[in-house]
Parts: sequence; structure tokens; C-alpha cells
Amino acid sequence: MFQTTVTVDQFLQAMVDTFYMVGFSLLVGSIIGIPLGILLVITRPGGIIENSVFFKMVNPVINMVRSLPFIILLVAIIPFTRLIVQTSIGTAAAIVPLIIYVSPFIARLVENSILEVDDGIIEAAESMGATPMQTIWYFLVPEAMGSLILSLTTATISLLSATAMAGAVGGGGIGDLAISYGYERFDSFIMLVTVVVLIIFVQVIQSVGNWLAAKVRREN
Amino acid sequence: MIQLEHVSKTYKRNGTETIALNNVSLQINKGDIFGVIGFSGAGKSTLIRMVNYLEKPTSGTVLIDGNDVSDYTMQELRKTRKNIGMIFQHFNLLNSKTIFHNVAIPLILAKTDKKVIKERVMELLQFVGLEEKATNYPNELSGGQKQRIGIARALASNPSILLCDEATSALDPQTTDSILQLLQKINQAYNITIMIITHEMSIIQKICNRVAVMEKGEIIEEGNVLEVFGNPKHSSTKNFVRTVLQDEIPENIRKKINVIPGSRLFKIDFNDESNELINDMIRNFGVTVNLIYATMNEIKTNTIGHMVIQLIGASATVNQAVSFLSTKEIYVKELAY
Repeated sequence: MFQTTVTVDQFLQAMVDTFYMVGFSLLVGSIIGIPLGILLVITRPGGIIENSVFFKMVNPVINMVRSLPFIILLVAIIPFTRLIVQTSIGTAAAIVPLIIYVSPFIARLVENSILEVDDGIIEAAESMGATPMQTIWYFLVPEAMGSLILSLTTATISLLSATAMAGAVGGGGIGDLAISYGYERFDSFIMLVTVVVLIIFVQVIQSVGNWLAAKVRREN
Repeated sequence: MIQLEHVSKTYKRNGTETIALNNVSLQINKGDIFGVIGFSGAGKSTLIRMVNYLEKPTSGTVLIDGNDVSDYTMQELRKTRKNIGMIFQHFNLLNSKTIFHNVAIPLILAKTDKKVIKERVMELLQFVGLEEKATNYPNELSGGQKQRIGIARALASNPSILLCDEATSALDPQTTDSILQLLQKINQAYNITIMIITHEMSIIQKICNRVAVMEKGEIIEEGNVLEVFGNPKHSSTKNFVRTVLQDEIPENIRKKINVIPGSRLFKIDFNDESNELINDMIRNFGVTVNLIYATMNEIKTNTIGHMVIQLIGASATVNQAVSFLSTKEIYVKELAY
């Protein structure tokens, strides 16, 4: 029952790979996705700097990328990945599709979070003579902060599940361990361990997200 | 000074046009507390947003202190807006920020020095009577307190105009009164011009000196509050006036009127300068006067009265008595029993 061919070092390396993939693509995905989400809100019809050309161009692109399941995106963009990181296998190769996968997702989540802010707040900002940048920075972002944190929590958990598929390009990580050892080599123990570890990860991420969101929302 | 000249606003949605404002002209003088009253959908909200250009007119001009706002660049418009404070029905405070930060926001936007901000915000909080709430959050405050914070925020940039968009509609009558007193204090202490839109006549009655009545995107009556109240011309205005002034004979009093043969019934509208009127009339013409019903209403510092009297006497003397009242610039109308 407790026999396994996976060494502790291997397992730790898998955890590190997972953290690396989730962390890095979350960071870059946020840098791309958050501004994109804000732009979607302000350029939409009736937004504070309405720009239908930008909105009508970006909106369908986001939908397009979002309609692909990650496993298909992963293999479909291999030539692009090779162009960027000079390889199509390994952890670095997995990060490129992960970023492409999560950026539009974050953009959409951020868009929804900011759209939840009461129009009255925007009107108040405009009545005070706030510039569009000031409206975003001093009014929209602080008011949406709780919701934005929950959005990023959701994105993080989605990324975690996407990294499991990164095994298909030899990306490593816990998901890869579960498939190549647990499933393909009938190593039930390591399968069980990865399942438990993934459950714990998701619980921790969600709890931290909830706690942070409640803190900024001051729900007490 | 605020001037609107032939301002119209049309919204186009899905091919259908809605006229929100139709050729509205209006002048609000420095130091006025100007009320705009109308039912919902009358165009009041659009009208008040013309003043700080949150809504742009389809045609017509908006002049602030004599300058045409449409000539302004975006930058100049923002500068003008800092001179026009606005408070809202639902307060529109930042729920994620402290009361202090909420009041400080206009100053933060203007990149004011932190020390100056602190002083100014505490001074404003003291002015609205909430200095002890500086570190609280909006959701810890009552509606009336939130509106006081809204007012403090609107005053932060030292505006010369304050726009009140249904500012008391979400508040109970007592809280409304305290907010109105605060607005009056602002008007007097800082000589800030105040424009109020409302659907409640009692607000106009309590603090406005001038009023415009709106219906279907048009101003149907405008002028001194006392004049408009005392002699409403349009049926909508009459309806609004009736909500605060009881000038009809209540039904149970009407039923008890003793119909004396040869007597006539008159309704008299008078003001506080006509105290000795009835006495003079009785002395000069020897008519008998029965008081059927009377009310007095306070409008700002003036009073307006309504009285229904029964006159008994020879028909010639009654006619003389009535024309005596009419010459005193008092509105007299004969009623049927």
C-alpha cells in the first residue's frame, strides 16, 4: 500500500515546479489581464473613455482564447511556444500557454468585478473633476478590491488545475506526477498523495483569498 | 451665477427618441437656494447634470459665471467641476475607505499637501458635526450621517455652487430637516449657491427662495417661492402646493356649514401683512363675518394664509366688502355651498 517508486526529492521537485508554473503565469497573467480588464470596462459603450474600436477588437479575441480547453491550447500553440522559449517541452514551455490561457480569463474576471461598482461612484468621481486615471485608481479599483481579490483567487485555482495538464508537454509538477506515475505505472499511493495535496492547495488558496477579500471589504 | 439658455436634451436609444429637456431657460443667481420640483421623469436629474456638464445638452447653452461651458477643454471642464460640489440621493461614498479618506478625496485628486488635507478635513467634519467619525467606515453610519459626509466631501474643494440631487429622498423627515438646516447654514456661512432637485414640496417650502416647477422636460412655472406658492397657475403646481398647504375646506367642516339664506361664502388667500383686514372690513361695512375655516403656513420666513368666511349682510354691502378686500391685493374667490 505505501510502496512507491517516486522519491521524496522527485515529489518536492514536482511541488516546486507547480509553484513556479502557477506563480509565474499568475504574475505575468495579472500584469496583462488586470489592465486589459480595466480597459474593457472603460472603453465599453457608455464607459468613461468610450472606444468602440478597441472594445470591439479585444472583446472577441478574449472570447476566442477563452473558448479553447487548456489541453488543446497547449498543443495548438506549440510553434509559438518554441518561438518564445526556444523549446516545446519542459516547465518553461508550459508557462507560455499557461499565460495565454490565464490572461484573458483574468481580464474577464477583472471586468466583471469592476462592473459591479455602482455607477454612482463613477458619477461622483466625474462630478469632482477626476481624470479617467484618477477615477480608475481612486474610485473603481478600491471599491472593487474585495471582488478583484476573489477573482484572482479563482484564477489561481484554475491555473493550478491547468498545470496538471502541463504534463502533456513534459512540464512537470504534481499533476504530471499523478499521470505518469500514479496512472500510467499503477502507483496508487502517489496518486492518493497528489490528490490530497491538490485538495489542500485549493483549500488554502481559497481561504487566503476569502480572508483577504473580507479584510478589504470590511465585512464584520 | 448659473444660466441655462434654450437647453434641450434628446436621448436616442434603439432608434426611438426621448426628449428629456425641451427648450429650458433658467437663471440661478449667486446666493440663491433654487429648488426644482417635479415628478419622476420630469427631467430634473438631466437638468441638474447640465450645470456640471455630466450631461451635455443636445442644443442650447450652459453658462457658469458668464462662461459657456461647451467652449471648455476637458481640462478646463474638470477645473470648473471642482468649483461645483454635488451631493446624491444614495450618497455615493467609497465604502472601502474611511470617513476621513472620503472627505479628503477631492483634495487628494487636487494633489493637496497632506498636512493641509488633514486640517481641512477635520474642519469640514467639525462643520457637519461628525469629527468623531473620522476613522469609521460609511457602513457604520446612518443615512443622515452619510449625507453629512457627502456634504463635507462636496465642500472640500471650496465650491461656489452646490448641486443637491434628491439629497434627502432616502432620509426620514427628521433627518431631512437636519440636512436642510445644514444646507441653509452652508448657504449663509459661505454664500454658496445651492440648486436642489426634489419631488417634495416641503423641501422647497422650508429652504428655497426660488423655485421652478418641471413637467415633461419643460419648466412650467418659475419664480419667487412665495409667488409660486401663493398663486399656482398650472395644475401640477397646484398639486404640489396642496401637498404642503391645506387650502381646501376639509370634508367634515364643509358638511357642518350652516347655510344661512342670503349669505355668501368666500375663500381668501392672504399674507402676514394683512392682520387687521377682517376687523377693518367689519368696521367699515357692517357685515357679519363667520369664520368657517382658516390655515396659516410658513414658507421660509413668510407666512401664507387661507381662510374661508361666510359674509352676511345686504347684497350691496357684501359686494362693497369684497371689493375692499380685493383692493388690498388679496386674492378673493367666491365659493358655492
